[in-house]
Amino acid sequence: MVMSDVVERPPITGKGATSGVSFSAPPQATGEVAIVIRNANLWYGQSQALHDISMDIPARQATAFIGPSGCGKSTLLRCLNRMNDLIDNVKITGEFLVNGQDINTRTTDVIEVRRRIGMVFQKSNPLPKSIFENVVYGLRIAGIRDKATLDAACERSLRGAALWDEVKDRLDSSGLSLSGGQQQRLCIARAIAIEPEIILMDEPCSALDPIATAKIEELIYELKSQYTIVIVTHNLQQAARVSDKTAFFWLGRLIEHSNTADLFTNPREKHTEDYITGRFG
Amino acid sequence: MSALRELLRRGDPAIWLAGTGLGISVLMIGGMVALILWNGLGFFWPKRIVQLTLKDNSVVMGEIVAREAIPAPGTPEHLKRNRIQLKLGNRDLTGADFRWIDESDITARQEPGDAVYVERREYGPFIGTPVKLAENDKDIASGSEAVLGALPGYVSKAARDRAAIRALEQGEVGNINYQIEQVRLRGRSLDLEAARSPGVDQKAERAALEQELAALKAEYAALEERRASTSEAASRTVLTLRAADGTEKTMPTLDVFRIYPANRLSVGGRAGVYASRVWEFLTGDPRESNTEGGIFPAIFGTVMMVIIMSIVAVPFGVLAALYLREYARQGVFVRLVRIAVNNLAGVPSIVFGVFGLGFFVYFVGGTIDQWFFAESLPTPTFGTGGILWASLTLSLLTVPVVIVASEEALSAVPRSMREASLATGATKFQTILRVVLPSAAPGILTGLILAMARGAGEVAPLMITGVVKLAPDMPLDGFFPYVHLDRKFMHLGFHIYDVGFQSPNVEAAKPMVYATAVLLLLIVVLLNLTAIIVRNKLRKKYATSAFA
Repeated sequence: MVMSDVVERPPITGKGATSGVSFSAPPQATGEVAIVIRNANLWYGQSQALHDISMDIPARQATAFIGPSGCGKSTLLRCLNRMNDLIDNVKITGEFLVNGQDINTRTTDVIEVRRRIGMVFQKSNPLPKSIFENVVYGLRIAGIRDKATLDAACERSLRGAALWDEVKDRLDSSGLSLSGGQQQRLCIARAIAIEPEIILMDEPCSALDPIATAKIEELIYELKSQYTIVIVTHNLQQAARVSDKTAFFWLGRLIEHSNTADLFTNPREKHTEDYITGRFG
Repeated sequence: MSALRELLRRGDPAIWLAGTGLGISVLMIGGMVALILWNGLGFFWPKRIVQLTLKDNSVVMGEIVAREAIPAPGTPEHLKRNRIQLKLGNRDLTGADFRWIDESDITARQEPGDAVYVERREYGPFIGTPVKLAENDKDIASGSEAVLGALPGYVSKAARDRAAIRALEQGEVGNINYQIEQVRLRGRSLDLEAARSPGVDQKAERAALEQELAALKAEYAALEERRASTSEAASRTVLTLRAADGTEKTMPTLDVFRIYPANRLSVGGRAGVYASRVWEFLTGDPRESNTEGGIFPAIFGTVMMVIIMSIVAVPFGVLAALYLREYARQGVFVRLVRIAVNNLAGVPSIVFGVFGLGFFVYFVGGTIDQWFFAESLPTPTFGTGGILWASLTLSLLTVPVVIVASEEALSAVPRSMREASLATGATKFQTILRVVLPSAAPGILTGLILAMARGAGEVAPLMITGVVKLAPDMPLDGFFPYVHLDRKFMHLGFHIYDVGFQSPNVEAAKPMVYATAVLLLLIVVLLNLTAIIVRNKLRKKYATSAFA
């Protein structure tokens, strides 16, 4: 598999993917859609965790998934790069179109999907390797051995993750020697080193202190000019600060999906209003 | 009543009970180790020699080994009087190494300054006084003082002569023997070929072989003569000693390994003798059916066997664990396999030994012999016990330990780490190779440590798959192909059994058993320590996050 495959494939535009109409589809600001989800259902064994979810996720914007614990927002996020494959006894139906291709089929090249859709996890999970090796891990996996390429990618990614100045003198020390916030930014650097189109973030700041959180949020704000970002968060202020679109989930259903400003100031659904005003959750 | 209830509620008795349990365990282990260490390490310390005159006017000389009360049940004398055990040596003269002497029979007790303790090639030690030293029938020194002054130079010369003769025997003579055997085998394979395809002209080859053989035999004869003359020249210096009862014994200095005036040695001198004995024990070959000399071949055999076992057991165990944990669909079948593996670890080792004998030695080894070593048959090459088969049998025994530990280690690798790798586009195999296995390495090494500890201490399966009392050749030497996995070998555990319970001279061998046990413990500790150090290094390298 060659990296250039990833770049050459043109992202599909909204026009090609509007066959089904989602009741909650927000108006398209830029007109470009990165991910189209149609009629997604998911079962863990017998219990259904996602109910018929359809939504369009716009390209090069940040979309926040909010909702109470257990509402399925992380589960949906993990569907987008096939991370649910790791769990036994999961059944997923529906279409997940990225660039017009369904990634949820038996024949999908999962590795290719994950290379194009990076992920940052709730708990920072640097590999037990040096900072440099952590960043270029995805490239090494893809078979790139050229030292100059790796060096360049490392610097670019660490700069992209706003970590370069803090670690440039100790790239050889362990990734685990960094602080929690730095570790999370290291994971972001690792995710962007393989130049994905989409970055999924699963509560990336939930284990961080406010200062580290502010740094990550700032970073997300910058990243979204280049990447499509989907972020799951419990922190409503955070969703309001960093995202352009917000989707509210409740009990495995998508309740409301609209521009962040609209959703927080003028929710259409009663449930949404209750949740954002803190009446339940 | 309520106070008792309060005590029970707080759980104090449970703490006492637990503490007692731990205390007893520590006491037992510590006691055993202390006993073995005391007896094993004390053995090498040179003791004083006493000369006793008994009631019947006979004189005996020796080292005091033990003293105990005489049991005489039913009489008032019971446990009132004492007796001492004396190590007399001089087995060639008196026929017995040890003698119990009633303390009431002793009329005089002395510690003669010129009494010497002689370690020699055969018949165990000699205890007596030096009389004279002669070379080519001419006296060099006579009288105990003069002999003691002159001896050290001759004793070290004897050591050099022995080394030279040994080098000749093992080096050049061994080489010729090896070549003669090769020629014989080539002749044998010509016979086999002739039997397969009769009528083929083999005259030229046969003649060449004959010629070669004649040349080698001539060389051998020359070497043998050289060896004999060296040995004869070295034997011309003879030492005469007098035993306590006045009998004189003459022996060539070539046979004397160590001699020291036991009652005159300073503490430093004793420490010197101690160190040289320990050194001989560790590096020397056994003498006198293993009751004297060193145990180097057994140390070597044990370590080599454990290493071969690890080389085989670890890859197999890790691969099996990888499949069980990472690839196999977790279900009833996998659970059954896991139970079977756990049970395998508990099968008595002799059962593995019998299997090893039947499968490895007779079936695999026999087949190899027929295919590749047909010319040596009916003498088996691989079709008999050897270090390879013993190691393989042991690895069967220890593979379950490695599997269980490796599985545990693999399942302990955090899921988040696997996800980190997979999310960057790594395949499952890449993730296992680059993330999971390195992180699990410390745990896998723990399994190896357990396996090595179990393997090094096992004796029963080895007795029928290749361990012998005395192996003339080591499994590693200077002859092609250098590593001889077909050879029988010596093993410390078996050595303990053999010396302690199969020896004709058990009393003399007893300290040897303790010393060997010390060494076996030491080797197990050393092997474990190595693995532990490696594990800790890895652990530091692959430490999981402090925040995890």
